[in-house]
Amino acid sequence: MKLTDIQSKVNSTFFKEHQKKLYQSLEDKHTSIEEMDDGDPLTTKMILNMGPQHPATHGVLRLVLQLDGETIEKTKLDIGYLHRGVEKIAENKTYQEFMPYTDRMDYLSPYSNNVALCTAVEKIASVEVPERAHYIRMIGCELARISSHLLWLGTMVMDAGAISFFIWTFKEREKIYDIMDRIGGHRFTISHSRIGGVANDLTDEAMSHIKEFVNTFPNELRDYHKLLDRNRIFFDRNEAVGVLKTEDALKIGATGPVLRACGYALDMRKLAPYARYNEVDFDIPTRLEGDNLARYYVRMEEMSESIRIIQQCLDKLPKGPVRADNAKQAYPSKDEVYYSMEGMIHDFMMTDTGICPPDGAESYHAVESPKGELGYYIQSDGTGHPWRLKINAPSFTNLQVLENMLDGEMVADTVVIIGGLDPVLGEADK
Amino acid sequence: MSLQLSEPLQKTVDALTENFSDKVIEVYQSSGDTFIRVEADAIIQISTFLRDELHYVYLSDIFGIDRYTSEERFEVVYNLLSLKTKARVFIKVRCEEENPELESVNSVWPAAGWNEREVYDMFGVFFRNHPDLRRIFLPEDFQYFPLRKEFPLLGIPGSIELPSTTPDND
Repeated sequence: MKLTDIQSKVNSTFFKEHQKKLYQSLEDKHTSIEEMDDGDPLTTKMILNMGPQHPATHGVLRLVLQLDGETIEKTKLDIGYLHRGVEKIAENKTYQEFMPYTDRMDYLSPYSNNVALCTAVEKIASVEVPERAHYIRMIGCELARISSHLLWLGTMVMDAGAISFFIWTFKEREKIYDIMDRIGGHRFTISHSRIGGVANDLTDEAMSHIKEFVNTFPNELRDYHKLLDRNRIFFDRNEAVGVLKTEDALKIGATGPVLRACGYALDMRKLAPYARYNEVDFDIPTRLEGDNLARYYVRMEEMSESIRIIQQCLDKLPKGPVRADNAKQAYPSKDEVYYSMEGMIHDFMMTDTGICPPDGAESYHAVESPKGELGYYIQSDGTGHPWRLKINAPSFTNLQVLENMLDGEMVADTVVIIGGLDPVLGEADK
Repeated sequence: MSLQLSEPLQKTVDALTENFSDKVIEVYQSSGDTFIRVEADAIIQISTFLRDELHYVYLSDIFGIDRYTSEERFEVVYNLLSLKTKARVFIKVRCEEENPELESVNSVWPAAGWNEREVYDMFGVFFRNHPDLRRIFLPEDFQYFPLRKEFPLLGIPGSIELPSTTPDND
């Protein structure tokens, strides 16, 4: 039985052309090395559609797998189920107006996304950010990294079979949500960063919560290690699963912890330090194996490095303003807005026109988000709206790796491999 | 305007202008980033040269820009990173509005696969010799290219078939 016969049985009402091309593309993959088995398709070959509504896919990711028994012969990914066209929206918004949309890109670490946009706009419009704001941003980014990695840890271990562990990591994420609530007034989509600084200073309450978290979290991390590091089931599910070879990793363009688990210490915080990452001391954890277990170790060590960075930031946190004091570049403080006429006009102008980078200027700035290199390319036409804003999303880059990595794996390992890659579809689908 | 290039970038620019003197159109800097615009027909040779001789092994991103001009309307930018020298360089090529077509760099950097699909999906720039050039976000049934400037922000009503909101298609 030919695959085309199977295709005709797939009864799809919508996007017929799309489905047809997707199956055709699956059939075409590796055709040169493949020999078709004409046996009973029910016992040997089948096409399995996983997703888009599948709890283990961390969003709306659809995988079309061709199986031979339990082995995956080849895979095609279908993404775009969460496509909102944020790049088109960005062209019709001012830079500050666009920021809440970045929260909803990688919704597991909104703070990193805000900072990525702000640093890119600051680069193109040459805005000076006060020292204190840099340090507050770093604290926020590292908290976001821990928060994102905790979700990855919980869901990945749950994919491997340990359900209760998820609740442990969410207990800690809850604390980070509370901190975010005290920093910026939002638990989830925080939007605390502003072009030219941050929205408000850290309150004493927020500071005490951050300090408490920094002191207690290493113990929790030690407990996670105790549970997993010698866990036979966890090892069997993750060791030598989803191996990305070191020589392939760069070619296919992996990024973030996935690349670092293959031996490349590529980290934007070291490669092109932004904020004040050049003034704090931290290491880039790497592994050589490139399997799921290596990614586990890399991310676990990244969490303790993040704690190290936050501690140093808290020690070094300088005093001073948290936003650039230039009415043409950044929002004035609320005190000015409420009690002076100029302040109100400036606030209105910032909201109405916003910051205007020079005509024809282009810039690209990348930050290290929890998933990898998150870059914003901005081309300005001299108005308050970008002419073109391109988001280089790490999840998108890593999902392409997945398409190459799944071939030859077992179907039961699929969810663990997806869990290990940690894609967020809000970001990949733009 | 004189260029202020770091040492590895200076080396890159020198090597490119030396080996592809008639193919490099312009080199410019903006906000500290270096952009090199080259002839579209030489992109494969230049890509291979950059990868093999200048260690630009990591393709970070490919994206399109709609310049909305009558000539050479679409621009495709290759965002390259050299892990050895930590230099980042942007290679730009332009193509015409009518049947925009470029050679795929998939053979040079396999990472280009999905990024080129995205450019095709958003701008309609076609890539020759791409192994699997399909739309990536939007379904194949969609006939427009949404990031072109003439595409309205609110979309085109009826351009895409939506599921019926009543049960049993009544």
